[in-house]
Amino acid sequence: MRITQGCFSFLPDLTDEQISAQVQYCLEKGWAVNIEFTDDPHPRNTYWEMWGLPMFDLRDAAGIMKELADCRRVYGDRYIRLSGFDSSHGWESVRISFIVNRPKEEPGFRLDRQEAAGRNVRYSTHAHAATRPEGERYG
Amino acid sequence: MMTGQAAKAENGHAVAVDSIDLRREFESVDIASVLDQLDKELIGLAPVKTRIREIASLLLVERIRQKMALATAFPTLHMSFTGNPGTGKTTVALKMAGILHRLGFVRRGHVISVTRDDLVGQYIGHTAPKTKEILKKAMGGVLFIDEAYYLYRPENERDYGQEAIEILLQVMESQREDLVVILAGYADRMEKFFQSNPGFRSRVAHHIDFPDYSNDELLAIAELMLQAQNYHFAAKARDAFIRYIAARKTQPLFSNARSIRNALDRIRLRQANRIVSDLDRTLTSENVMSIEAEDVLASRVFAAAGATEIGA
Repeated sequence: MRITQGCFSFLPDLTDEQISAQVQYCLEKGWAVNIEFTDDPHPRNTYWEMWGLPMFDLRDAAGIMKELADCRRVYGDRYIRLSGFDSSHGWESVRISFIVNRPKEEPGFRLDRQEAAGRNVRYSTHAHAATRPEGERYG
Repeated sequence: MMTGQAAKAENGHAVAVDSIDLRREFESVDIASVLDQLDKELIGLAPVKTRIREIASLLLVERIRQKMALATAFPTLHMSFTGNPGTGKTTVALKMAGILHRLGFVRRGHVISVTRDDLVGQYIGHTAPKTKEILKKAMGGVLFIDEAYYLYRPENERDYGQEAIEILLQVMESQREDLVVILAGYADRMEKFFQSNPGFRSRVAHHIDFPDYSNDELLAIAELMLQAQNYHFAAKARDAFIRYIAARKTQPLFSNARSIRNALDRIRLRQANRIVSDLDRTLTSENVMSIEAEDVLASRVFAAAGATEIGA
């Protein structure tokens, strides 16, 4: 099951050229671009690991694309996303976030139904990949 | 209309073209205005200007070859500027970024100017992130490393400079289309630096030597600087300044245009002091713009020159 999170996730995966154009857009807006990765695809998992520090004060996307290539070399079997943080007053939040790398196989989620008091049913989603320990989930 | 043409040229990029109107190509990148500006704003430096013209022409031809799908590899653009202090290395580096940007060989055309401190860390594991950070900032533009030879300290074999050099060399080779590195420094020490780091010499395509300025050129520079700040020499002050240049040149630590700039700053101080010393008068704009002979002659340089003459 293909994970859809953040911008562009209903489009086909972006090519490097397209990613670079998006990064350039962020830089021209003055946002700090971050690279994050994880192997827990649960939609409520908002705290992904950061690759290096947020990248401030850059002028050109090439530097970030280099970092992304490095990150892919190490964590190419996990999800990697880019986010653009706008530090300007009044925003001070992430303005854009999109997935730039995903595992080859995405096993998807299992739906658990828990019968609770009365006739209540509680639903929870469980990523099949997350059954295995962190770092061994894909590939 | 220009934009229409540019867009057409941009579209034509993928398809090889057979013929290109050289004049239009030359005008479309507007390189002439940069070169003219260079001529106007930089006094002297004839060999440097010739060299920059050559590089600009080469890049223009390279650009045309790219359009004709004849270019094989991205040209190596890294440069080394050698010359004595105050000969305009940094100024030319800034202009160079403009030229490269117009010709489309760097994407953004900004200059990041760094020295050893910005690249080399203070403890193990500090250097690589620091150097990479700077390189990332310089991507799409020009990285200007002033006094590059300080990166290499042969007397200390555990110096972290070597690490920065290795990262630099790697990026200079693998990301040639993303950034241009300009190394600058004094000629003799740069020569030693290149000898001990042969990797640098082979990756730097253009070695440009900045000659010292002649007395006339220094005077022209002084007048240009004054003009930019809305001052000018009175006739006698000009004569005095000609003598000042000759005297200052013989003294130690002479650094060409920089010494001239400092001298002018001190002259302005003395001029202001002279004006303020007499409060009971009305000033005209001519009074505050004009530099008089006494402002120049009060300089220590004349006293020192006189002393040596008497001593001899």
